[in-house]
Amino acid sequence: MQATSHATHHDHAHADPHHEELGFWRKYIFSTDHKIIGFQYLLTALVFLMIGFGLIALMRWQLAYPGRAIPIGGALLERVLGPDMVGKEAVTGKIGVIMPDLYNSFGAMHGTIMVFLAIVPLAFGAFGNFVTPLQIGAPDMTFPRLNMASYWAYYLGGVVMLISFFIPGGAAKSGWTSYSPLATVVDAQYDINGQTLWLVGMVLLITSSLLGAVNFITTIIQLRAKGMTWMRMPFFVWAQFVTAFLLLLAFPPLEAAGIMQLMDNVFDTSFFLPTGLVVSGKPLDISGGGSPLLWQHLFWFLGHPEVYVLILPAMGIVAEVIANNTRRPLWGYKTLVYSVITIGFLSFIVWAHHMYLTGMGTKISTFFQTTTMMISIPSVFILSCLFISLWGGSIRFNTPMLFALAFLPMFGIGGLTGLPLGFNASDIYLHDTYYVIGHFHYVVAPGTIFGLFAGIYYWFPKATGRFMNEFLGKIHFVFSLIFMNAVFMPMFVQGMAGMSRRMYDGGATYSLEKAPEVIGALNETVMRYNISITHAAIGLGLAQIPFIINFFWSMFAGKRVTSDNPWQATTLEWCTPTPPPHGNFLKEPAAYRGPYEYSVPGAATDFTPQFQAEKP
Amino acid sequence: MDIPYTSKPRPDTGLYNAKVGIWLFLASEVMLFGALFSSYILLRIGADKWPSGLLNIPIGTFNTAVLITSSVTVVMAWASLKMNNFPKFKLYMGITILCALAFLGIKSIEYKDKFTHYQVWLKDGTTQTGHIEGNPYFLNHNKLDARKLDHIMFRSDGGHVVAAAEHGGNAKGGHAAAVKIERKDIQRLSAYVPAHSTYFAIYFTLTALHALHVVGGSLVLAFFWGPGSKMWKTDPERFTNRIEVGGLFWHFVDLVWIFLFPVLYLL
Repeated sequence: MQATSHATHHDHAHADPHHEELGFWRKYIFSTDHKIIGFQYLLTALVFLMIGFGLIALMRWQLAYPGRAIPIGGALLERVLGPDMVGKEAVTGKIGVIMPDLYNSFGAMHGTIMVFLAIVPLAFGAFGNFVTPLQIGAPDMTFPRLNMASYWAYYLGGVVMLISFFIPGGAAKSGWTSYSPLATVVDAQYDINGQTLWLVGMVLLITSSLLGAVNFITTIIQLRAKGMTWMRMPFFVWAQFVTAFLLLLAFPPLEAAGIMQLMDNVFDTSFFLPTGLVVSGKPLDISGGGSPLLWQHLFWFLGHPEVYVLILPAMGIVAEVIANNTRRPLWGYKTLVYSVITIGFLSFIVWAHHMYLTGMGTKISTFFQTTTMMISIPSVFILSCLFISLWGGSIRFNTPMLFALAFLPMFGIGGLTGLPLGFNASDIYLHDTYYVIGHFHYVVAPGTIFGLFAGIYYWFPKATGRFMNEFLGKIHFVFSLIFMNAVFMPMFVQGMAGMSRRMYDGGATYSLEKAPEVIGALNETVMRYNISITHAAIGLGLAQIPFIINFFWSMFAGKRVTSDNPWQATTLEWCTPTPPPHGNFLKEPAAYRGPYEYSVPGAATDFTPQFQAEKP
Repeated sequence: MDIPYTSKPRPDTGLYNAKVGIWLFLASEVMLFGALFSSYILLRIGADKWPSGLLNIPIGTFNTAVLITSSVTVVMAWASLKMNNFPKFKLYMGITILCALAFLGIKSIEYKDKFTHYQVWLKDGTTQTGHIEGNPYFLNHNKLDARKLDHIMFRSDGGHVVAAAEHGGNAKGGHAAAVKIERKDIQRLSAYVPAHSTYFAIYFTLTALHALHVVGGSLVLAFFWGPGSKMWKTDPERFTNRIEVGGLFWHFVDLVWIFLFPVLYLL
């Protein structure tokens, strides 16, 4: 079972011939090793996570204190982005007020960066790359050079997105959804504007995930070790498998839409511009005849499967962590597998529930309302299975488990609050309010991000040979949990009070204080939440400091692992040397049993790994 | 450990890695072109009127034949390798690449014709198509203003398009004599470029994206024909597989054109 003890092979790993041959650049920068590429994705995506958070922190300041200069770095921001973007405070003349255009840019780019440059690369690029080949017993991904190309396409896409902040007119400012015709008429005076670069960046990111998806699926189909049958695959691998299919098939329509919008912006076509479009009182000089609705259909054809791209890998991670720390088999493994496949299929036919307000017709709305309700069923199956898995376990409350446990109710809140948005009638009231923001952030922020944290704490010992610090981890967990809820829970109330999600002043114009004559004006409590949410968001940012310290400190000075299988887990990644060398396994691995054989009656230990040949 | 099944098929799936990979890639390509074809349908259904007869059908037919020929020869190239006949492979793959270049050459002539062919909408509500004296590319009413041109010399097409009577169009065949059209009479002027209409927008988007695929495919095939063919000596089985995978992609490119031709030229 634990064929190699830590002390012996750790030294041997350095003597591995593959490692000696490669220089620094080939080994760490232009690497074809899936583990290094996973690390590259992890670090790049974490940086983008911080950038995305920075943008929203600045926006939250403007929402809480409209027209007030940001307390730190206002002058610097003005010098970098110019006076059109960062203005002076009306009363004191202090520099550092976020101007409306900049607010719109930050809003669009916060969404874009978080979805396409932070969460997907973390969930799919980082964890998928690092863990999937190890868990199925493969020496690497099937196409290692394609894997490298995938990372660098992603990197370039990110660079293009960041550059767009500094060009005349600033970054894209039509929301992360880039609805036409707004996305075409905004900043049309510039030959190359933020939206154009956004589209170029998106094409690169789509290329990246296409290469990744092809690679993942081929790897899982072709490179499973001996005995690793489909129903012996860890649930995490299943989640990645379905995710890869979603990326493979849902992204190309957005690429098509992106190409067409690029044509609209650069070559003056009218794919998404209707006849008779008038901007600022002047008819637009175009041929017309296009359809704005077409963009929305193509965008959400990606947009909705994308939601499952964000959540499924996190579910996979949580399943691994829960099985390991309850010391029990996952309850309903087959149900989980069939549910995740069902979600994959259904996610392709629910997209237009984002478009109830477009007037696309009641019959179409009814269809998408029905499919939307259907897709909640397998989601509930998965969550229920994970909850029931806890029953009767002797749970180890270590940091990864705490994050995994918190994922369950947080994702539950996110999912259940989605139901009123899936129904046509209630969505018409809630559409485009803060309720929507609260809903999808519960799914992605305390949901997916908690799942990802669980994964980082869980696989860190395998990747580095050292544990992360438990004390710092628990501080990180407790404060993140508190502040996440303090940020997103009040948004439900604000949304139900009617606060629109895209207002530059946080709804002050329609508050009782400023516009008492408006029917349904936002009351004082709802407006005060703007301030409390901003404070909680700053707290959430600070709560990540222990994590950042822990991550880098533990890499070099954390407690060393003394075995290749420190969590006493059952899946194949724990039979590799620690950290795994190029090529992963010292001898050809094989799976002799299912992935979650914990506490098998009569066995000597409470775990029977897949790689253990003899009967327990 | 080396990556297994790079050339030998995995027993339970019966496929080698690259074959799985290329089929997955083609699935995503189907979604890419599928989205564009769907957009075409939606735009056409929503259009007030949809032009037809603006493309040259004989040239299009000939190009279709060229591409189908290349699809046949790429299979012959693969089959030659299977039969251990390397010189035949060189021949057939060479023909395939030449067909690809011929296709691109013919396509670029078609493009050039469109870029110098104009439609002008006059303020009296009439419209004419034809050529402008000197055959300029990409002219439009905004560029007339930018270049301070107060008139154009316009040769109207004969026959099939409504020509304003006062400009004296020759109704039967060929071009009429050039007629002076004042800038102040012009509402809109556009060559047959993407901005001309949604029809040309989708025509150029689809065919240019397809042409990019032809360029990419022929680059890869040219690599296999040239420097890449060295692999035949070291690992013939893997090289044959590479040709098969390249051929699959090439068939897909051909198939897309087989849909594009009727959709854009005939319907």
